[in-house]
Amino acid sequence: MTTDRMTTDRMTGPLLGWLFVLVMAVGPLWFGDLYVLHVLTSTGIFIIGAMSLNLLLGYTGQLSLGHIAFFGIGAYTSALLALGFDLDLGGSEPVVFGPKPVWVAFLGGILVAAFFGFLIGKLAFRVRGAYFVIVTISFAQVARMVALNWVDLTEGPMALSGIPPLSVWLPGQGVVPLYAKEYNYLIVLAVAVISFLVIQRLVDSRVGRAFVALRENEPLARSVGIDVTRYLVVATVIAAGMAGAAGGLYTHYIRIVDPDVFLFIYTVTMVIMVLTGGKGTLAGPVVGGLLFGIMPELLREVARPEVQWIVYGVAMIVVVFFVPRGIVPAVGGLWARTVAKRERPASATLVAGKETSA
Amino acid sequence: MSAALELEAAPALEVREVAVHFSGLVAIASMSFRVPEGRIVSLIGPNGAGKTTAFNVITGFLRPTKGSVLFRGTDITRLTPDRIAALGVVRTFQRTSIFAGCTVFDNVLTAMHLQGKAETWAALLRLPSARRETERQHVAVREILEFVGLTHRADELASNLAYGEQRLLGIAIALAASPKLILFDEPAAGLNPSETEEFMAVVKRIRDRGVTVLLVEHDMRMVMSISDLVVVLNHGRIIAEGPPEAIQSNPDVIRAYLGQGVKRAQA
Repeated sequence: MTTDRMTTDRMTGPLLGWLFVLVMAVGPLWFGDLYVLHVLTSTGIFIIGAMSLNLLLGYTGQLSLGHIAFFGIGAYTSALLALGFDLDLGGSEPVVFGPKPVWVAFLGGILVAAFFGFLIGKLAFRVRGAYFVIVTISFAQVARMVALNWVDLTEGPMALSGIPPLSVWLPGQGVVPLYAKEYNYLIVLAVAVISFLVIQRLVDSRVGRAFVALRENEPLARSVGIDVTRYLVVATVIAAGMAGAAGGLYTHYIRIVDPDVFLFIYTVTMVIMVLTGGKGTLAGPVVGGLLFGIMPELLREVARPEVQWIVYGVAMIVVVFFVPRGIVPAVGGLWARTVAKRERPASATLVAGKETSA
Repeated sequence: MSAALELEAAPALEVREVAVHFSGLVAIASMSFRVPEGRIVSLIGPNGAGKTTAFNVITGFLRPTKGSVLFRGTDITRLTPDRIAALGVVRTFQRTSIFAGCTVFDNVLTAMHLQGKAETWAALLRLPSARRETERQHVAVREILEFVGLTHRADELASNLAYGEQRLLGIAIALAASPKLILFDEPAAGLNPSETEEFMAVVKRIRDRGVTVLLVEHDMRMVMSISDLVVVLNHGRIIAEGPPEAIQSNPDVIRAYLGQGVKRAQA
């Protein structure tokens, strides 16, 4: 599977990518196991988050360690809009917002998350590297504090519950809520595919090249007229909106949301997915996400919890140690050498023998 | 002497009484000079004379303490580097500066940023206008690579290039921003004689295309043979200004800086 995704990146292109999507769309439904479906749905939601993080970390080179904040803001906004809420703004009467249709709520979650992405991007005006990391971590902590303590709005640690699932309008039947796992899985898959296409089109454009220029050499980028601050804001807005979409999917799938969605460990999980898969590659977050989304579930059946965590940690170290640039670039390099070897069998054996360890 | 040159052409760049102080330290005391349109002007001086500081001021990477910089009559003193580049003032860097993780082709394509208009929505919708723009830019990139002689390396990662090739790529990147005035910061540093020769030819061809060139360089042979005008900076002050022949015989310059270099240049 990794080979397929890798090739999507460079060679045979979209065909294998769509084949992968088709297999992911039909396979699990045909298999029919609800537990497998649940694992793949949660993994898919995380992969969308990891893809959005990759846009910042992999392409603009800025590490956002508060990325889960955008996910959580998307989740809470979408939940609140769908449930309806009162806002006490200090006047005599609280402002009442009635429940909105779920898809409107979902879009609202994306927009609000994107707005906060805009603020963070602006705030990070002159802040790079370690300072950008600190700004984003603090932001996620503040978001968690707000979710915990603004009890009137968020129910605090009691959590928002009874969130309606995503729905679909069918002729003759009106709006039908989609409780079944199969539908949720397919919606997550669709959003993941859209997110992938958005990032693919973006990075292969003037805008995406400006992102990469900021990552590679900021003074040089400025010297050829790239307004790096502006493009950092563009990247943050898109990444935040995408993470907000993942949060919205989460909220309407799990149908309960509490302040723990802002936990630091979730950001770390996304960072691990991006780094092991290969930052700055399109397929990296997908590969890393599948690996670290599914592995814990596979281990749960065969090992005790402490053993699970040890295996998880060892797997991470092995990946970082042997393929520091990530799985996708490593497999890509191996593939390129295999092709070269096939074309020039005599001279290439030496090269392959020397470099396979890389 | 320089008056004749300045009368011929209006200045592309005018530096007026620029001073730069880093807290107590005076990097540039007071510097004024003009770069006539369509000429190659060299800024020379011993190490620490303030040449790179002057470049940083002109291109907006550093705000001067006093004074102003005018490009074709427009005050650019307080503009950001990207705005200055958009006006047509583009620099190279003293230390090799490239997008190391990208291919040679993508390096130049990225530097074409100002020639493009496609924004986020055009990229997301794959608008035909954006596609045509990309096609046009691909042609332009090949021309620039041909111009500096890096066509055969187009698909190579920039970090894999030899040092001299990376310097050429730096020039290609600057050219891709379609400059009206180009500033080279010690472009020949670390180049071997044949690479320097090649580089001088490139600089002359850039001037012949109508681009004004401002050069900071230590290689005196190169400075004396390609410059139309030489400005000498010492201890943050301009001590001489004029055509190469006049500079070579200026006693102040010889005392301050040139020494052996003059004899070598005359040889």
